Amino acid sequence: MSLLQVKDLSISFGGVKAVDGVSFTVEPGEVFTLVGPNGAGKSTIFNLISRLYEPGGGQILFDGQDITSLPAHKVAGLGIARTFQNIELFDHSSVLQNLLIGRHCRRNTRWFEELLFLPKVRRSEREHRLLVEEVIDFLDLAPYRDKLIAGLPYGVRKVVEIARALSSQPKLILLDEPASGLSVEETQNMAWWIEDMQKDLGLTVLMVEHDMSLVSRVSNRVLAVSEGRPLAMGSAADVQADPKVIEAYLGTEATS
Amino acid sequence: MSNRFKSRYDDDINLFEGRWHLAQYAILMALLLAAPWLLGTYYLGELTAVLVWSLAGLGLMLISGHTGQVSLGHAAFMAIGAFTNLALMLRGWHFLPALLASAVTSGVIGAIISRPILRMSGIYLAIATLALSIIIEDVAIMAEPITGGVAGVFAPPIAMFGMEIDRYATPEAFYYLCLAVLVLVTLGYLNLLRSASGRSFLAVRDSEVSARALGVNVARAKTLSFSLSCAITGLAGALYAHLAQAVNYESFLVLISITLLLQIVIGGLGSVHGAFFGAIVVVLLPQLIAIASDYLDNTAGIQIAAYPGLDTALFALLILLMVIYEPRGLYGVWFKVRTWLQLFPLYRKGMFRRTRTYLKTERQR
Repeated sequence: MSLLQVKDLSISFGGVKAVDGVSFTVEPGEVFTLVGPNGAGKSTIFNLISRLYEPGGGQILFDGQDITSLPAHKVAGLGIARTFQNIELFDHSSVLQNLLIGRHCRRNTRWFEELLFLPKVRRSEREHRLLVEEVIDFLDLAPYRDKLIAGLPYGVRKVVEIARALSSQPKLILLDEPASGLSVEETQNMAWWIEDMQKDLGLTVLMVEHDMSLVSRVSNRVLAVSEGRPLAMGSAADVQADPKVIEAYLGTEATS
Repeated sequence: MSNRFKSRYDDDINLFEGRWHLAQYAILMALLLAAPWLLGTYYLGELTAVLVWSLAGLGLMLISGHTGQVSLGHAAFMAIGAFTNLALMLRGWHFLPALLASAVTSGVIGAIISRPILRMSGIYLAIATLALSIIIEDVAIMAEPITGGVAGVFAPPIAMFGMEIDRYATPEAFYYLCLAVLVLVTLGYLNLLRSASGRSFLAVRDSEVSARALGVNVARAKTLSFSLSCAITGLAGALYAHLAQAVNYESFLVLISITLLLQIVIGGLGSVHGAFFGAIVVVLLPQLIAIASDYLDNTAGIQIAAYPGLDTALFALLILLMVIYEPRGLYGVWFKVRTWLQLFPLYRKGMFRRTRTYLKTERQR
């Protein structure tokens, strides 16, 4: 069974149909990439899946469960984690703190137990820390563990955001332009990590990305969208060769 | 220079980072416990005031400093705490249950108000909470059976442990009472900050959208924070009532709310230390000015007292300087001094220069 099914999803902002009847399914264990020109509605689709936007129509099924009208804060608990295009980290906290917040959806203590810091809370803190340390090991973040986000280079912040998403032990991770603003080497590293997430952690990845070298390298399937509508689906090479996709990016040849 | 090697996760979980850290606070605690012998009655009273305002500051720090929601209405919750405590005591309740009732009443009222009010943010939230401050003035006059109307209510003496605790008759006992409440609240506050709820507050402050995506129920986190914040402020209000001995509608004017906010800004937003540093400034600055004015009068014959409003002006100047040069407040200054001492002689000037933050476009709130 598909892990994520998006059926005929649409949303309008005022008169603009940002997403207009997009359907696709993501199979367990695959890397599925959305590509398209700026303003095509890729990030909007992400925001719809993570329930930050209210869809105007259509249905989203995750693991067989309808999440179309689930509150946004319940999505993480089901196993969907995400990163943001413009990095939304907690700037005044350390890397460790950020990753621990990533564990929030797995918390098992109540506030009054925390107020008294009962032994149960300490136990749960240790368990969270242990799992967070595994993520730190996985993404080589140990040198930055106690550093504040505000002082970190951009490339590291990108990785920390992925680490924070992984801390919640998701089944599906949504990566919104993981390689934007990264150098060539950092993009290389990102590709390795995405491959590792898929192969070692068995994660399913849904990604929005413009860097076609990264897309071709890691994606199993690619969906091209333009102006909120699906254009073409298939392997990275197929989609890049599709005349409709070329038209969306470059425009049509002038005909006389 | 201290560089501790951490070997267990508990090293990060524990309240104190090792023995030296614990020793520092033990010394501070010992000094505070010895204060009645070290200080005269007058200064013990001032120290008690510092404790009470620290408690109120802690309350506001939780919602404004750690959850990022500005409130100009916390004097209202001091009032609720104060009047609840006094009204119950005058009806024959024992002090401790009445104190607990102040916290609960303020907390519950805070929780009820927070749902509509915390949908707003920034300047709109400031205006809405400011309105609370103004409304409470009228409520305090109208709810006469509880608040004593315009005349207000007098604080009855506190009977506890077989003795009578009174701010004037037994100042040490009242001081210890305030100290005990403050220490307990601070410990609870720190416990909260080092566990999931506290982290969710910080998450809401720094980025609501990613807090939500990580599974934080933002509305619930804000309500919890506001409600606990009001409960702490209510406790402070109750102690304040006994410190001032009598309270009426004029005890909790808007100015108190503003002073509280300034207190935590001067102390350092987002740090527990800040609430304490701020309280020290707020309580002791007028004293310092009075002492300085006496001194100038006696030595140089300059009469500062002839210029009214000088202390307010100095206070304002201090805030301006703080906001311009040290946005992290007195806590920031203290942090730098501490780092300088720890790293001596390796401290570099640019160490705490704020790095540029990256543009956050497409920010969903």
